[in-house]
Amino acid sequence: MTIYRPSDEKQLSEIVARAAAERQPLEVVSGGSKRGLGRPVKAEHVLDVSQIAGVVNYEPAELVLTARPATPLAAIKAELAAKRQMLAFEPPDWRALMGSNAEPTLGGALACNLAGPRRVRAGAARDVFLGFSAVNGAGEIWKAGGKVVKNVTGYDMMKLLAGSFGTLSVLTEVTLRVAPRPETETTILLHGLADEVALRTMAKALNTPFEVSSVAHLPPAAARRSQVAEIAGGLGAVTGARLEGPAPSVAWRAEAVERLVGRGARLDAAASARFWEEAGEVHRLLPPDGRVLWRLCPAPSFAAAIVDAVRRRLASTEALFDWGGGLVWCSLDGGEAGPDAGAAIVRAAMKPAGGHATLVVAPEATRERSAVFEPAEGPLGELTARIKAGFDPFGVLNPGRMREGS
Amino acid sequence: MIRMPEPDGAVLARRSEIVAALRTIVPGEGVIDSERERRAFDCDGLTAYRQLPMVVVLPETTAEVAAVLRYCRANAVKVVPRGAGTSLSGGALPLEDGVLLGLGKFKRILEVDVANRCAVVQPGVTNLGITHAVQAEGLYYAPDPSSQIACTIGGNVAENSGGVHCLKYGLTTNNVIGVELVTMDGDVIRVGGKHFDAGGYDLLGVLVGSEGMLGVVTEVTVRLLPTPPGARALLIGFPSVEGAGECVAAVIAAGIIPGGMEIMDKLAIDAAEAFVQAGYPMDAEGLLIVELDGCAAEVDHLIAAVETIAVEHGATSCRASRSEDERLLFWAGRKAAFPAVGRISPDYYCMDGTIPRKAIGRVLKRMKTMEERYGLRCANVFHAGDGNLHPLILYDANKPGELQRAEDFGADILRLCVEVGGVLTGEHGVGVEKRDLMDTMFNEVDLNQQQRLKCAFDSESLLNPGKVFPQLCRCAELGRMHVNAGKLRFPDLPRF
Ligand SMILES: Cc1cc2nc3c(=O)[nH]c(=O)nc-3n(C[C@H](O)[C@H](O)[C@H](O)COP(=O)(O)OP(=O)(O)OC[C@H]3O[C@@H](n4cnc5c(N)ncnc54)[C@H](O)[C@@H]3O)c2cc1C
Repeated sequence: MTIYRPSDEKQLSEIVARAAAERQPLEVVSGGSKRGLGRPVKAEHVLDVSQIAGVVNYEPAELVLTARPATPLAAIKAELAAKRQMLAFEPPDWRALMGSNAEPTLGGALACNLAGPRRVRAGAARDVFLGFSAVNGAGEIWKAGGKVVKNVTGYDMMKLLAGSFGTLSVLTEVTLRVAPRPETETTILLHGLADEVALRTMAKALNTPFEVSSVAHLPPAAARRSQVAEIAGGLGAVTGARLEGPAPSVAWRAEAVERLVGRGARLDAAASARFWEEAGEVHRLLPPDGRVLWRLCPAPSFAAAIVDAVRRRLASTEALFDWGGGLVWCSLDGGEAGPDAGAAIVRAAMKPAGGHATLVVAPEATRERSAVFEPAEGPLGELTARIKAGFDPFGVLNPGRMREGS
Repeated sequence: MIRMPEPDGAVLARRSEIVAALRTIVPGEGVIDSERERRAFDCDGLTAYRQLPMVVVLPETTAEVAAVLRYCRANAVKVVPRGAGTSLSGGALPLEDGVLLGLGKFKRILEVDVANRCAVVQPGVTNLGITHAVQAEGLYYAPDPSSQIACTIGGNVAENSGGVHCLKYGLTTNNVIGVELVTMDGDVIRVGGKHFDAGGYDLLGVLVGSEGMLGVVTEVTVRLLPTPPGARALLIGFPSVEGAGECVAAVIAAGIIPGGMEIMDKLAIDAAEAFVQAGYPMDAEGLLIVELDGCAAEVDHLIAAVETIAVEHGATSCRASRSEDERLLFWAGRKAAFPAVGRISPDYYCMDGTIPRKAIGRVLKRMKTMEERYGLRCANVFHAGDGNLHPLILYDANKPGELQRAEDFGADILRLCVEVGGVLTGEHGVGVEKRDLMDTMFNEVDLNQQQRLKCAFDSESLLNPGKVFPQLCRCAELGRMHVNAGKLRFPDLPRF
C-alpha cells in the first residue's frame, strides 16, 4: 500500500491521472474521521488530501467562505465565531460515534452531506454548498458553481457532490454560505411523552410560525444518558424544541410555543447549546458496545411506527428521534440483529414511509456484505451507475464505498 | 442573436407521420398541429426569440408523458418541455424539428400533508396556486418569483427560481423535497419524497435548476412553511445607490437576515412611482426596501436596529410601515418595477447576474459608462441581500439595430459580473440567452463534466438541446475519457 499525500491541486490531479491510467483504485481520505462510514473501499492505495487545507477567503458581510477541504472544521468554526457567524447546518462531530480520533474536516462534512439538529430550519451541507474546484476520476481539474450566495449558472453539481462520499470527484476547494450566529437560544423541554404523542407534538411545534429551529425526542433510556442535568434527571422521556434569535424574540416565541404544545421546563442558552450538540453527536445518548446503528430518514410522521415495527422483530431496538421524526437513530444489538445487521427488517419497516436508511455503525465485515446505503434498483440504479461512470470512468475513486462494484 | 441547432431534415420530412403517432398516445386536442394554434407557443418570456414548434403535445398523465418520450427517443425526435412559458432566458424556446411538450394540463394539487409540512402537486400548478391551496392550514410555499401568479412549479424546479424572500428562505432547491421524473428513455423515476436528503446521490439536487434538460417533471413535493405571524417593511432613501449597498452589507454584518432586501435606482424609482404611487422618496438616488418578518417582538426589535444602521449609513429618509396595507404599498412599486419600466420604454431587456455585494459601486459605475457607449438607458432593481442584479435595458425593437445593441450591452454587463467575482445568472437560468457566455465562467473541462451528467440522463441529447451549453453534447465522444498520462508533471512521484 502506498499513501499519496499531494501538496496541491495540481499534484493531486497528477496522482489521480496516473491511478486512472494504471487502473489503480484510491481510497480518498481527508481527516479520516468518517473512514468507517459506508462500505469498505476496495483500494490498494490511499489518497490522503490532508495537505489541501486552509481558509482561502472569508468575507463575513458577503456570508461566503472559501476554504480547502482538509481545513479542520474546528478551525473554521473558530474563525466564523470570531465574526459572530457559523455553519448553519451544524455539522455534528461523529468521532466518538465512529470510534475515531482523527480530525473532522470541512471536505468530509460536505462529502458526507452532514446536518445537525438545525436541519429542519437551516438545511444540510448540500444547502450551503455554493461552488467548488475538484479533480474527477480521470485526473482532470474542473469546477462548478460560484462564490456568491445566489447562482443558477449550469447544473447544481454541488448537490451531487454533497453526499457522494468521494466517489465522483476529489474536492480541492469549496465555497459555502455562512450565517449569522443567533444572539441567544433556549430549549423548551416536555417530559414524559410517549413516542407517538411526541411526534405529533413536534409536528405541532414545527407548524407554529415561531421558527422552532430544532425538535428532538429522547425516549426514557436515551434521556437518562444525557449529560444535561435537566434532561437526565427528568421523568423519563424528554422532548425538546429549540428557539434561537434576538433575546426578546426568543422569550416571546418560547411563551407562544408553550401555549400551543404545553408548559415545559426551559434550558438556558448554555445548556441548550450543549443538549443540541449532544443530540447531533448522538453516540452518548445511545447504548454502548456490541450494537449496530441505523440512521433512518423517513417521512417524519411515520417515525414512531417504524421503530415499533422494528422493535416487534428485534426486542433490543432503541431509538431516538431528531428533526421532528425526520431523522431516527435506531440502535440494535449486533447479535440479535444478525448477519445483515437487521437490514431486511429495518428496510421493510421503512417501506410504507418512503425515505432511506443507512447503516452507520457495524463491523466492517457486515458493512461489506450488506447494502449500507439505500439500494437503488431498476432505472434509478442504472442511472446512478451511469452518473458514476461519467465522473469516474475507470473506477478509481473510492470504489465500493457506496455500492458494490462502483 | 444566438443560433439554434440545425433542424434535422429527416425528422421534418416525417412530420405528419410523427403527428399521427403522437395522436395515438395523446387523444383529441392534446396534440396541436395547426400553425395558428402552435403560434401561441412560439416563445417564452424572452420574446426576442421565436420559433414555431413542429408540433405541440399537451399530455394529461405521467403514462402519456412516458409514452411520448419513449416514442420520441425511438424516433430521434427532440423534445422541449414547457410550463407557463415565463422563462426569461429562452429555456422553453421551441425547436423547429421538436415536440413542444406542455405540462399545462397537470394542474392538480394531489395532497396537502400538514403533519409532514409538505404538498404533493402536479407540475402545471402555479407557484401562487400552491400557497392558495395550503394557506387555510397556516402554511405557504416560500419561494416567490415576481411571476408567481403565472409561472408553474415545474418551471420553478427547472429554473431553480428565486424571489424577493430567498435570502432568508432559500431558492426552489431548498424548498422542493421530491419529484417524479420521466427520463428521455421513458422511464419513470421517483427522486426524494417527504423525507430529508437522499439515500444515494442527490439527484433531486441536480434536477432542480437543470433547465428541462435531464427529464420531464410530472409531480413535485414541496416543503411548506408556517406563514410568518407578521411583517413590516422599511422604505429607506439614500443619496446614492452605493450608499444603499453599504447599508445592506452593514445589516448583514450586524447578524440580521431580513425576509427581503431590495434596492432600486433613480430610474426604477421614478418609473415605479409614476406607475403605482407607492409614496417612494423622490429625492433619493437609491431606495432600499427592507422587510422583517416574524413575531411582533422580533420584527419591532429588528426594525429599530435596521433604522439605526440606515441613519449611520447616511439615509436621507426612513419610513417603517405601520399597517399591512402600507407594507403592501411599499412593495407594490418594487413588484411592479418590470411593467413600470415597460411603460417608459417600448421594450426592455432584463438581466440577472449576481455579484459580491461589495462590488456594487464599481459595477454601477461601469454600467453608467456602458449606457453612454451603447446609447441605451438602464434601470436597476436589485435583490440586494444576495447580490442578484436585475438591470433593465430600455430599447425599441422597431429601431434597426437596437435589439442587437441591447443584447451586446446585456452581455457586457454579465461579463462584468463574472469579472468582479460573480456569476451570469442568479435565478433566471442560462437558457439560450446566456448560453454563449458560459465560457466566461467555465472552461472546456468544466463544461464537459456538466455534459457528462447530461449524457447519463439523455444519451442522445434529445431533451431541450441547444440550451445552456455553447456546444451540443457529444455523448459518445465524452464517454471515451482519456487520461493525460503522457503529460505527467511530477515524474518524481512514486509509481503505482
Ligand atoms: C414578469 C416576470 C417576472 C419574473 N420574476 C422572476 C423572479 O422574481 N424570480 C425568478 O427566479 N424568475 C422570475 N421570472 C422567470 C420565470 O417566471 C421563472 O423562470 C419560472 O420558473 C418559469 O416557469 P414557467 O412555468 O413559466 O416555465 P417555462 O418558461 O415554461 O419553462 C422554463 C424552463 O423549465 C422547463 N420546464 C418547464 N416545465 C417543466 C417540467 N415539468 N419538467 C421539466 N422541465 C420543465 C422548460 O423546458 C424551460 O427550460 C420572471 C418572469 C417574468 C415574465
